[in-house]
Amino acid sequence: MIQGILIKNGRVIDPSQNMDCVTNVLIENGRITGFGMQPTGREREIDATGKIVAPGLIDLHTHLREPGFEESETIFTGTDAALNGGYTSICCVPNTNPPIDTQADVEFIQDQAARADHCNVYVIGCISKNREGKELSEMGYLARAGVIGFSDDGSDIENAELLRRAFEYVQMFNLPIMCHTEDSNLTNRGVMNEGIVATRLGLRGIPSLAEDVMTARAIMLAEYTHGKLHLMHISTSKGVQLIREAKKNGVNVTAEVTPHHLTLTEDLLESFDSNLKMAPPLRTRADVDACIEGLLDGTLDCVSTDHAPHSAEKKQREIDLAPFGIVGLETSLAVLNTELILKGRMTWPQLIEKMATNPAKIINLPDGKGTLQVGADADIVLIDPDLKWTVTESEMRSRSKNSPWLGQELTGRAVMVLVNGRIRMKR
Amino acid sequence: MFNDLPELGEFPAAWKRKHLLGLEDLTREELLILLDKAQVFRDAFDQGRRKFSILPGHTSVTLFFENSTRTRTSFSLAAQRLGASCVAFAASTSSLSKGESIVDTAKNLEAMGCESMVVRHSTPGIPKLLSENVHCSIINAGDGAHEHPTQGLLDILTMRQRLGSLEGKTVGVVGDIAHSRVARSNVWGLKKLGANVIVCGPSTLVSPRWEEMGVEYSHSLDKILTRVDVLNMLRIQFERQYTSPFPSIREYSLLFGMDGDRLRRAKPDLLVIAPGPINRGVELTPEVADGPQSAILDQVSNGLAVRMAVLWLTDGARKLTNNE
Repeated sequence: MIQGILIKNGRVIDPSQNMDCVTNVLIENGRITGFGMQPTGREREIDATGKIVAPGLIDLHTHLREPGFEESETIFTGTDAALNGGYTSICCVPNTNPPIDTQADVEFIQDQAARADHCNVYVIGCISKNREGKELSEMGYLARAGVIGFSDDGSDIENAELLRRAFEYVQMFNLPIMCHTEDSNLTNRGVMNEGIVATRLGLRGIPSLAEDVMTARAIMLAEYTHGKLHLMHISTSKGVQLIREAKKNGVNVTAEVTPHHLTLTEDLLESFDSNLKMAPPLRTRADVDACIEGLLDGTLDCVSTDHAPHSAEKKQREIDLAPFGIVGLETSLAVLNTELILKGRMTWPQLIEKMATNPAKIINLPDGKGTLQVGADADIVLIDPDLKWTVTESEMRSRSKNSPWLGQELTGRAVMVLVNGRIRMKR
Repeated sequence: MFNDLPELGEFPAAWKRKHLLGLEDLTREELLILLDKAQVFRDAFDQGRRKFSILPGHTSVTLFFENSTRTRTSFSLAAQRLGASCVAFAASTSSLSKGESIVDTAKNLEAMGCESMVVRHSTPGIPKLLSENVHCSIINAGDGAHEHPTQGLLDILTMRQRLGSLEGKTVGVVGDIAHSRVARSNVWGLKKLGANVIVCGPSTLVSPRWEEMGVEYSHSLDKILTRVDVLNMLRIQFERQYTSPFPSIREYSLLFGMDGDRLRRAKPDLLVIAPGPINRGVELTPEVADGPQSAILDQVSNGLAVRMAVLWLTDGARKLTNNE
């Protein structure tokens, strides 16, 4: 009788225990039970020669769109896309319709995720009721339902006093406030980064200032209240500088950056392609370099996708009317390998740390997620770092195909994903 | 080649564009072809020869998603005077008001049979998007704050007629630079012809960033007044502004309005043009608009000539690329 799984001869990378060596990983009863064991004939054997074996990727910032925008994504398709990209856990942001601001909403997501049976789904609850920025949501009930943080992502909270109270109130539950920092008066219906490219193209600009003033405000609120702040999708060099300074001063702050803000720049908008329109917008080369530097020196703690599916009929509109956002779950690993690892700017252990180890730490995931330590849940990704593949609509499992990388050849891809010891994706 | 307008000569071999999306992409040579051919049409017009059979069987559709009277009329007349037929598609402000995407709309029109589509839209890049999705010629009649190539061409043609070569001449473009497609098309065209351009307007509407596009910027009309050979007085685009970039129209006129007093302080042969429709009393006082140094009505006649040249040239290139 087959008992357990033995992943053989892979390059096992687990930053949580400084592990980077070729060895065998034994999985029994959904947990990791040992390294270096030889096959006994009872295990299912998986040959991982030439592959990387790492803790499954964890995304702190996924838009699953259900309930309310099922034409763009559902919990089923979104979690399928996650598996396809090598993720074993994702955290869904609450800007759905209705927004996730009650215990019942959280349980609905959890039920749908259980029915989909793809990957682990953690829920982020709204900071404010109905995401209106007026009154605090019932954060205690939401915490009891299992949310891992609070955010009104999609927009910022204009009322600083409300945000201050949120920072103070959530300290009872030891959960982070996750801020989308953007001043909507300063963005002033902009479409792309304010700069020479926007000036030339005649597209309305979104100044980096719109993000930076709110990043500074969030940091000051966290410092003053001693609350726990997680900054979402940082995209500017000034923002990186502000966070670096805040960390030096002991502020309880973590920050994420997206694959696109690490690799793409504003000049691509010359194509007027709405698949290059997102909030915050693509910035300058200097901003991209600052984000990479921030990621490497630990100022930016993790990579999050901000996977933001939008159906073709919504996205293929006039660029100023098209919604903000691009999908990212299925391309993040390959994009960062192609653009950062293969270009010598970072290593595989660093990337795994930013995409699995640190995300788990930021939100205090239970059950030993984001690690391969003995006893941890067997959430594992096998990556073929040399696999060349082309991004095509037909291969994407997300319901929406709004990716700026469509048609491009990338290198590196998840080839197998185990969630709690079960193989949920195999290429 | 054409019995009724032999001055046009052979179709210029250097012209290969079936679309006209903007002036930024054009080479200097292409720009000169456009201007020279437009001049041929203008000369014929001045001799009272107005109707030709150069594009028989050509159907042009004007597809305007933004209000316009003169540009649309100018394009329709240009098509008709070439012997083509012209249909106006009554598009509402957004293509989606009837649930149809703009690409679908264009494909539908093309399926009815047309050789060119003249497009105006409030969003930058729409003509480019359509050019990637249809087979007919796309002519940009203004896309948001991006480009308005035929307006740029007619402004430059007007300047050329009055000043001769534009090499080394200084042109001031005054007004709401941030929201102006006319400013951008002027900049690209004028720079290719060796002119110096100064963009001038309130500091909230003229960013120092324009220097990176190879032009000078100024926030004082009075300071540039004595340096310019031409002033192109742009209209304030009230419809494109969501927050007011200056406190009042009165104050705008005080700082940037062209009046008799400023005219007297400028170079004596200063040429004043304006893309229209002008807000009388705001950008220009009637004394300036209707005075001898104004070429506003000349611009309108040149607009027709420019559009005839554009329709003819893009039609020729389309036949070559599509093997028609």
